[in-house]
Amino acid sequence: MYKYTDFDAAFVANRNAQFRAQIARRIDGSLTEDEFKPLRLMNGLYLQLHAYMLRVAIPYGTLNAAQMRALADIADKYDKGYGHFTTRQNIQFNWPKLSDVADILDALARVEMHAIQTSGNTIRNVTADPFAGAAADEIADPRPIAELIRQWSTDHPEFQFLPRKFKFAVTGSPNDRAVTRAHDIGLRMITKNGQAGFEVIVGGGLGRTPVIGKTLRDFLPEADLLPYIEAIISTYNLLGRRDNKYKARIKITLQENGIDDFRARVEARFIDLHPTFEDVDQQILTTIKTAFAPPDFVQAPVTLYTEARTHDPVFRAWSDTNLSAHRADGYAIVTISLKAHGATPGDASSAKMRLIADLAEAYSDGEIRISPAQNIILPHVHKSTLPALHAALLRAGLATANIGLVSDIIACPGMDYCALATARSIPVAQAIATRFDTLEIEHDIGPLPLKISGCINACGHHHLGAIGILGLERAGVESYQITLGGDATETATIGTRAGRGFSADDILPAIERLIFAYLALRVEREETFLETYRRLDIAPFKTALYAQEEQTNAA
Amino acid sequence: MPPPYPPNVITANALINGDVVYQTRDDQWSETLAHAEIITDEAHAQIRLLDAQSQPEKVIGAYLAPIKTTPDGPVTTLFREYFRATGPSNYPHGKQESRHV
Ligand code: HEM
Ligand code: SF4
Repeated sequence: MYKYTDFDAAFVANRNAQFRAQIARRIDGSLTEDEFKPLRLMNGLYLQLHAYMLRVAIPYGTLNAAQMRALADIADKYDKGYGHFTTRQNIQFNWPKLSDVADILDALARVEMHAIQTSGNTIRNVTADPFAGAAADEIADPRPIAELIRQWSTDHPEFQFLPRKFKFAVTGSPNDRAVTRAHDIGLRMITKNGQAGFEVIVGGGLGRTPVIGKTLRDFLPEADLLPYIEAIISTYNLLGRRDNKYKARIKITLQENGIDDFRARVEARFIDLHPTFEDVDQQILTTIKTAFAPPDFVQAPVTLYTEARTHDPVFRAWSDTNLSAHRADGYAIVTISLKAHGATPGDASSAKMRLIADLAEAYSDGEIRISPAQNIILPHVHKSTLPALHAALLRAGLATANIGLVSDIIACPGMDYCALATARSIPVAQAIATRFDTLEIEHDIGPLPLKISGCINACGHHHLGAIGILGLERAGVESYQITLGGDATETATIGTRAGRGFSADDILPAIERLIFAYLALRVEREETFLETYRRLDIAPFKTALYAQEEQTNAA
Repeated sequence: MPPPYPPNVITANALINGDVVYQTRDDQWSETLAHAEIITDEAHAQIRLLDAQSQPEKVIGAYLAPIKTTPDGPVTTLFREYFRATGPSNYPHGKQESRHV
């Protein structure tokens, strides 16, 4: 893993000392809230409905055991004993006191973590494939690139006041698990004629104007990366609108200027910038790469694993859903579900965090990842140890076998926490997961990404769910709108609105009707919800959602 | 006659812990809606709002929130205000916590 240099450590310490002084001046009344707000947002501190919220960056979703334990300690000492993992691989603490925040940031700095640029109109935490460095289908580990971008973008003087927030995602695999097409810049590592490089995707984003990113350069040689992205962001910084925050994201800049015009400006700027980098970035990248050397994989028999699969149906069900193919022989990538049926998606108690830290040390070379689907990943587990790992997870209530299934729901905090929300999302997720667990049909239903946001900002990625739910307010009550056919992978698609919204009481039955309609419509068990939707389009699903009431109304 | 001014309370978040608070008649801030001053006059509402907004060392973002008066005291009318007055629905945290003890 990347270790802070003396420069990094001094930078974070300095920044924390600054913010400590700013908090003190806010508390003693020398700073007003208007003066303080931009300062706290630069350090990841929001004010939510019931309390402050601190968002801590987990760069490219990678944590070591000591960091996970530090997060658990913070949850116990300064919060209510849990943390919320987000779709952008961050962790949020929902109950910190303003007077404790500086101590929390110092505790984070001791394990090389921080909350810098997790808010505000800056370049945010760079996310990456959670299977980075482990996936069988990977071309190269994207994390050195993500770390390079982090170092370049952190406190970059030109990019502290962009027109709007700016999000990067990087993947090293053709199967996109990092949602690169819904980011301001998505980078896909590719090779061309044996040369390493990137497809550069620009202008993806969700929110009130969901847009799938477009390819700005179909092949950018690896060595040109920093000058090229600096060219993109400085072009956006000048061209992006600052008069209307709903038109300020780069996706709108592209729409308003056209991608060809934007590309021409970027290429011109790139020619100016390129020589100024003098290859320093490439020297730094070489050093960073050594920090991400793969662990020493061992050769060992996997009989314990195959035996457990034969004899233990609970283990088999879990290994069917929660394991992914590893690049090393005899290894697996394990996803630990934070979606126990009825639990809050993405939440982990301090006890669970500590257990996961212990298990990572015992079974995964000390490495932990946070996935954009709000689960936790142990990337390097030898298959012979899977039965022991599974048993430990089972004892802790962490062995839910539902990865990718209908109860593996992404949900934003919604009206239970978020000051911007128009409806709740957590209780909807809880109700759906509990219901399909009771029906015992989620394994039969198969893969079904379901995503819920509590307002138009779309933090829960509802546009990208095969089933998406958007919570709105209509005439003083919660109203839930369904979108269908969204896709967050390499075939990214924005879902289509199904029609009128449903009340809080009617949303669960509506989802049930949809899923039963799918079960009746699919040609075979292997045809997923999304495939059935793509084959038949929206009409039969609309009928499932609305026909019943049309009949009632007509009667 | 102008229509009667609907009852309102002044609410904000406390500076240190961010908790939802209500302005009381004697210029304190209470974490309980029942202690809030119920304002039924528009001119008075504006004066009290200015009072609230001039206390940056105590509260953040003071505003008027409509309520309904009942024999049991004031209750919220907007569901956002209901959550602010109660706490999140997934855990018994926030204001519900103190009510449990
Ligand atoms: C609770 C405090 C939060 C606030 C105030 C907040 C605010 C926002 C806003 C205003 C946007 C829209 C930005 C735009 O369209 O320009 C947004 C987008 C987003 N947020 Fe959040 N959010 C919060 C929590 C979360 C959480 C918990 C997650 C992850 C579960 C998250 C992930 C995202 C993502 C993925 C987007 C979409 C990115 C895009 O528009 O391209 N946010 N958020
Ligand atoms: S989608 Fe809306 S409700 Fe949900 S976290 Fe984002 S801003 Fe809050």
